[in-house]
Amino acid sequence: MSLLELRNLTRRFDDFVAVDDISLTIVKGEFFTLLGPSGCGKTTLLRMIAGFDTPDSGQILLDGNDITQLAPEKRPIHTVFQSYALFPHMTVAQNIAFPLQMARVAPAEITGRVSRAIEEVRLSAFAQRYPHELSGGQKQRVALARGLINRPRLLLLDEPLGALDAKLREDLQRELINLQKEVGITFIFVTHSQDEALALSQRVAVMNKGRVEQLDEPSIIYSRPASRFVADFIGKINLLDAQVTQLTEASMKLQVASLGMITLPAIKGVAMGDRGVIAIRPEQISVRNTTEPLETIYSFAGKVLDFLYVGDVTTYVIELTNGARMEALLANATPGVARFFEVGDTVTVTWPEAAVQFMKD
Amino acid sequence: MKHPNFVLWLMAILVYAFLYIPLIVVVVYSFNDSRLNAEWVGFTLDWYGKLFRNEEMLIAARNSLIIAVSASVLATTLGTMAGLAIHRYRLKVLPILAFTPVAMPEILLGVSLLLFFLQVLNMTLGLVSVIIAHTTFSIGFVAIVVRARLQGMDESIFEAARDLGATPWQTFRLVTLPLIMPAIIAGALMSFTLSIDDFVITFFTKGVGEPILPIQIYTMIKIAVTPEVNAVSTLLMLLTLALVMLATRFDKTILHGR
Repeated sequence: MSLLELRNLTRRFDDFVAVDDISLTIVKGEFFTLLGPSGCGKTTLLRMIAGFDTPDSGQILLDGNDITQLAPEKRPIHTVFQSYALFPHMTVAQNIAFPLQMARVAPAEITGRVSRAIEEVRLSAFAQRYPHELSGGQKQRVALARGLINRPRLLLLDEPLGALDAKLREDLQRELINLQKEVGITFIFVTHSQDEALALSQRVAVMNKGRVEQLDEPSIIYSRPASRFVADFIGKINLLDAQVTQLTEASMKLQVASLGMITLPAIKGVAMGDRGVIAIRPEQISVRNTTEPLETIYSFAGKVLDFLYVGDVTTYVIELTNGARMEALLANATPGVARFFEVGDTVTVTWPEAAVQFMKD
Repeated sequence: MKHPNFVLWLMAILVYAFLYIPLIVVVVYSFNDSRLNAEWVGFTLDWYGKLFRNEEMLIAARNSLIIAVSASVLATTLGTMAGLAIHRYRLKVLPILAFTPVAMPEILLGVSLLLFFLQVLNMTLGLVSVIIAHTTFSIGFVAIVVRARLQGMDESIFEAARDLGATPWQTFRLVTLPLIMPAIIAGALMSFTLSIDDFVITFFTKGVGEPILPIQIYTMIKIAVTPEVNAVSTLLMLLTLALVMLATRFDKTILHGR
């Protein structure tokens, strides 16, 4: 069931194309995320959905009705702003009551609904406080309660966790997922943080330069990035330049500058001579002592150049004999053993065939 | 560190002394039991009593109040609108045009307003022309404080109001107006003080009929600086001081110069 449909949306600011012919469909009840670096057009897209901005061309449909030109106050869509945008001259209770007052709900009903909403976000003790007397996390909960109280068709969230510290952010991520499940309202979440996008969403649209580069479930975005940009933007990844030199029905041979020739299962849309990159996630690479026997076809000799120990994992930078550098992520799973290799150790780097993915430019 | 601090304090004390000693002298002599401002004779409230029995002075005070209240109401309304427009439209020429009368030499403003009233509007000078003149130079002050207040605010608050179902008018009435109210009140109080003791522009635009306080005081000292003048000056000073203090209480940005 499609709730929101964007059809060929384009928005230009002078010469700059902020949103470039985007079409996508958002399903009722889903937690959808727009992910991308700053300036990728995600906020412009969100502002057009909210009604603060109008596209130069294209249409926005909500439940099948064209709302492209509708004023923001007429759209059953609410926004949780990055700054929370709480009204500083109103108490928590007054802030949360505002949307109900605008919708001309009877005062008696407002009182009841507001106090229930305040209870749900565990702010009963703060109902009569003003926004400047609240912490960041509390403000965020007020903004959420205010955005949800008259049950919009769609809730837009513009980097609402951006201003909070890491520990609080993780707690609130969990709360946000539960809240969304409870209320059953469709969420569109905007963020530049890939962790947040992967942790929260059912589907993620990765945006770059005003376009959607890939739209899929988080696990597929991570494990099968569709382009060099997505691969590079989501998580850490080793990218090595490659070119297709041989192509059959089932397999293709790639000339990888730093590794030599490798063979991969053929993929659709690849032609002879195509240039691109092969991508391997650091955690899928294993590092061994040179003395251990090998069982995969991909093994390369290298030297430990550097490592970064961060507690749960250690990242090794390994220089292969032909000069290419790769990062490998090793979990510190053995109790008492903090790290396995020292700088200068000669090692063998291996990975399973399935860990390698080719993306043409 | 102690030494520079001491010098700084001394400088500050000297500056404030320079500013306030003349005013204090006036206040002291308004209680002096002597017709001459020469030496201290004794304490009296006679001059204040005399002042309140001076018919012409009372009319002048009433006129000044009428002018100040009307001009500040008009200037506050128009200045608030100007401040909002300057903030919204971000056209460089708007703030320049609104703030220029604030910096313009008063004599220039006075002469041009006089010519405008007589030659262009062909109107009889009186309270109305003075009110219009005072409104003109106060608008800029109000616009400055209102705009300063708006600049310090998170724009998304106004978008949030629209987003949550408020029409543009409701957004203005329920969110914008309460938030800029301190600046509006401060602007109104400033307009009032500017109007009540303005001399130059009033002088040019008042015509001949109605006595107006600052002009009246000037007329009185043409003969001699009487203790009565000291008394009325003291009262005027007190009113101004009270209003300025009130204005800074409403809008902290006046003091902090943000």
